[in-house]
Amino acid sequence: MARVPIIKVGETLIATVQDELRDSDALTLQTELSAAVERTGARGVLLDLSAVETVDSFLGRLLGEVAASTRLLGAVTVITGIQPAVAITLVELGLELKGVRTALNPEKGMALLRRLQRLQRLQGEENARLLPARAGSRNGRNDGRR
Amino acid sequence: MAATMVGADEHIPIRGEDDIVAARQCARALAKRLGFGLLDQSRIATAVSELTRNVVRYAATGDAYIRPLEGAPRGTGIEIVVADRGPGIADVELAMRDGYSSGTGLGMGLPGTRRLVDEMEIDTAPGRGTTVTIRKWNRKRNR
Ligand SMILES: Nc1ncnc2c1ncn2[C@@H]1O[C@H](COP(=O)(O)OP(=O)(O)OP(=O)(O)O)[C@@H](O)[C@H]1O
Ligand SMILES: [Mg+2]
Repeated sequence: MARVPIIKVGETLIATVQDELRDSDALTLQTELSAAVERTGARGVLLDLSAVETVDSFLGRLLGEVAASTRLLGAVTVITGIQPAVAITLVELGLELKGVRTALNPEKGMALLRRLQRLQRLQGEENARLLPARAGSRNGRNDGRR
Repeated sequence: MAATMVGADEHIPIRGEDDIVAARQCARALAKRLGFGLLDQSRIATAVSELTRNVVRYAATGDAYIRPLEGAPRGTGIEIVVADRGPGIADVELAMRDGYSSGTGLGMGLPGTRRLVDEMEIDTAPGRGTTVTIRKWNRKRNR
């Protein structure tokens, strides 16, 4: 019951929660998402919660952890479809999902992911361009310091 | 007030994580029948989720009782009692503090629940167990 299928579209993994999640289902989803990012090298994760009626402190914390751990694996997570009542409840509960990117619906979520991925690529190119120069100047100035 | 049946008292034994979902769904369904709006339904379901998870986590088993409050001075409401015979809470004031957890939680369950409901009472003693009672009134109907 309540297993969440994960599909890959281009460089993005899409997971749509369609059922009420038990704690163990949520933990399974967390592990499977990380594993899928690692396995596929996906650059983005879209997690759609449109069908989720209740997000409590357990699930709220887990969503933050999903965003943090996928980030470490090189993927951006965008959570979509959080119902207004759920959003207000989360804030009153004391959880603001800091560091979690959200979008109104999956369509806007995909657009946000594309923008973020383009940004990531640009930064990657920028770093690649600056890295030899930086390494050179570091060797020159901080010789023996590091 | 019209004599409509909006639901009798419900009892949900709490034995594991499936019952967390069952209890919060039951509370949401009754809140909906009582005319609570979507936001209050969400607050009530979330509060029940927090309290029943505490039962599973700290006391292993317990019970949730969910009932309508009608004809009360404050109009229509819902009352949920979550009771266990677990270890109890030695320092309630500390447990109610934002961010305090004896385990690995965020410590938002009890203080957060307090913010989601209108009334909350905790009856607990070490070694005896914990009973948390929450009430929420339907303001829309009271006007
Ligand atoms: N039913 C209970 N029986 C025994 N101790 C409890 C019970 N409910 C809460 N407590 C104690 O009160 C503390 C605070 O509870 P609270 O729900 O606020 O936070 P938490 O469960 O630790 O974390 P979170 O709910 O954010 O995951 C708990 O860490 C626990 O020590
Ligand atoms: Mg808790």
